[in-house]
Amino acid sequence: MSEQKTIQEIEQSLVDDFSLFETWEEKYEYIIDLGKKLSPLDAAFKIDEYKIKGCQSSVWIHSQVKDGKVYFEGDSDAVIVRGLVAMVILVLSGQTPKAIAEAPLSFIDAIGLRSHLAQTRSNGLSAMIKQMKLEASILGGQSPVNINEQP
Amino acid sequence: MPKFVPYDVQVIRQRFPILNRKVKGKDLVYFDNAATAQKPIEVIEALSHYYSTYNANIHRGLHTLADEATAAFEETRNAVKEFIGAAHVEEIIFTKGTTESINLIASSWGEAFLSKGDEIILSSLEHHANIVPWQMIAEKKGAVIKVIPMNDEGQMDMNGFHALLSEKTKMVAVVHASNALGIIHPVEEIIRAAHERGAAVLIDGAQSSVHLDIDVREMDCDFYVFSGHKVYGPTGTGIAYGKKQILESMPPFLGGGEMIKEVSFEKTTYNDLPFKFEAGTPNIADVIALRPALEFINQLGKFAIREHENALLIEITARLQQVEGVRIIGAVDHKVPVVSFVADGAHPQDLAYLLDNNGIAVRTGHHCAQPLMKRLGIVGTTRVSFAAYNTLQEVDAFMVALEKSLKMLR
Repeated sequence: MSEQKTIQEIEQSLVDDFSLFETWEEKYEYIIDLGKKLSPLDAAFKIDEYKIKGCQSSVWIHSQVKDGKVYFEGDSDAVIVRGLVAMVILVLSGQTPKAIAEAPLSFIDAIGLRSHLAQTRSNGLSAMIKQMKLEASILGGQSPVNINEQP
Repeated sequence: MPKFVPYDVQVIRQRFPILNRKVKGKDLVYFDNAATAQKPIEVIEALSHYYSTYNANIHRGLHTLADEATAAFEETRNAVKEFIGAAHVEEIIFTKGTTESINLIASSWGEAFLSKGDEIILSSLEHHANIVPWQMIAEKKGAVIKVIPMNDEGQMDMNGFHALLSEKTKMVAVVHASNALGIIHPVEEIIRAAHERGAAVLIDGAQSSVHLDIDVREMDCDFYVFSGHKVYGPTGTGIAYGKKQILESMPPFLGGGEMIKEVSFEKTTYNDLPFKFEAGTPNIADVIALRPALEFINQLGKFAIREHENALLIEITARLQQVEGVRIIGAVDHKVPVVSFVADGAHPQDLAYLLDNNGIAVRTGHHCAQPLMKRLGIVGTTRVSFAAYNTLQEVDAFMVALEKSLKMLR
C-alpha cells in the first residue's frame, strides 16, 4: 500500500481536478459522478443514529478507528450531496484524529462549492464536516478502541 | 370602472426591476412565487418615498409627518378591506405575516372560546403555520385536534370532513389553496357545514389571496389570513381579518403601546378594534408600501392575471406529463397556478441545484407540510409557481433545463 497522502495533498488534487472544468455544468457532472461511484453505506448504518439532519436530503456518516486512523463511510439520498459526501470522505478518511480536527478544508472555497451551492441549511455540507470532525476527536480520545463499531 | 388595458406581459415585466438580473450567468426565471412574489417598482418606490419624506410614528403624534404617515398607513387598511371585501375597516388587523395572524387568532380566540374536550378541525394539507399554533392552544386548553383526511390526489375527503363535525367542534381551520400542491379546496361547503354546527372557521389565504377573487362576506368565513409579500407587497406585512363581533369578544394578543385606552397599575382598559390587536409601533413603511402592490393587482384585474397564469399552468402541466418518469402530485383541474412533481431518479434537491445553475428558481422539499408529504409517501417535491409576470418563454427555458438536468442525474 502506498504512503497515505496528507489532507492538504488530497485537497490539492481535488482542486486540480476541478480546475480542468470550465463550466459549472461540468463540475456538477463530476460531483454527480463521484456521488454515483461512492459505495453505498450498509443499510444497517442508515439509521437515525448516523444521520445528519439537513432540511431537504438525508446524510448518513459512519466512522471507525483502525490503527489510530479514522475511516469514514457515508451516503445521501440526493446524488449531488452524495458527491459532496464522497469528496469530504476522500479528503478526511484514513487520517489521524488530530489532522482531521485541524483540517481547514480550504478546497471547499477553492473549488467554489460554498459560493455556488446555495448557502442554506439544505445542503448540510457544514453540518456534515462538523459532525465528522467531532466524531474524529471523540474517536481520537479513545483510540485505538473501536467505539463506533456497531451493530 | 378602471380603464381596460390589454394584458401585455412584457409591459408588466418592465415594472419589476429584479426580473432584469442574471443568475449564474443566465436570465433569471423566477418560479418560486408561492414562496414570495417579486415587487413592482411602485412598491419599492413607496418604501423609499416614505423614509425620504414622511417617516414618523403613527396614531399619536400631533405633527405633520405623523399625520401623513398615519393617513398613508390607514389608507392601506382601507385598501385591504376592499381587496377582501370586508364589511368594516376595523376588521383588518396588521401583523407581520400569515404565521403571526394565525398565532394571534389561535391564541386570542382560543383563550376566549376553547374549553377542555373541544375539538379543532384541520386538514392533512395544512402548512405547519396552520398546525402548530392550534397544537399550542389545544394543549393549553385541553382541546383536541381532528384531521380531515385526503385522497391520493391531494383533495380533501369531504365525507371525512362531515363525519368529523360534531357538537364538540369549535373551530375549523383550513387552507384555501394548498401551498405544496396548489389545489383549491371547497371552503364554501366547509364554512357552511361548520356554521351549522356553531363552529368558527379560519381560512388560510396565504396562497389564494393573490390569485382568487376574495370576498370574505360572501365566503362568510370568520377569519381570513394572508401575507403581504405573496401579493407583490413587502415582507413583514400580514393580515388577520376577523368578523367584528368575534374580534371584539377576543382578548388582546400582545400588550403594550397602541393597544390601550387607559393604563394604571390597578387596571388597564384596552383600545378599540383594530388597535387592540396592534401593540407597539407597527411595520409602518411596509404596510404603506403594501397599498401599491394591491393597486398593481387591481389595475390588471385578478381575472386577467388568472387567465394568463392558467395558460402557463396548462402548458407546463401538459409538457411535464410527457417527460418520462415525471409524476405530477395533485394533478386536478381546480388549482392556483402551482405544479408540484416528483421525477424518478432525481432527488428534488439535486434538481434545485441544477435548475439554479440555469438561472431558474423553484422550490423543492416538503414545503413546510410534512404531514402531507408523509401521507403521500414522498420526501418532497419540486414546485413551480407562477405570477403575473411569468412567460411561456420561461416555461420553455424551464423544460429545456429540466430535461437536461434529468439526463445528468439519471
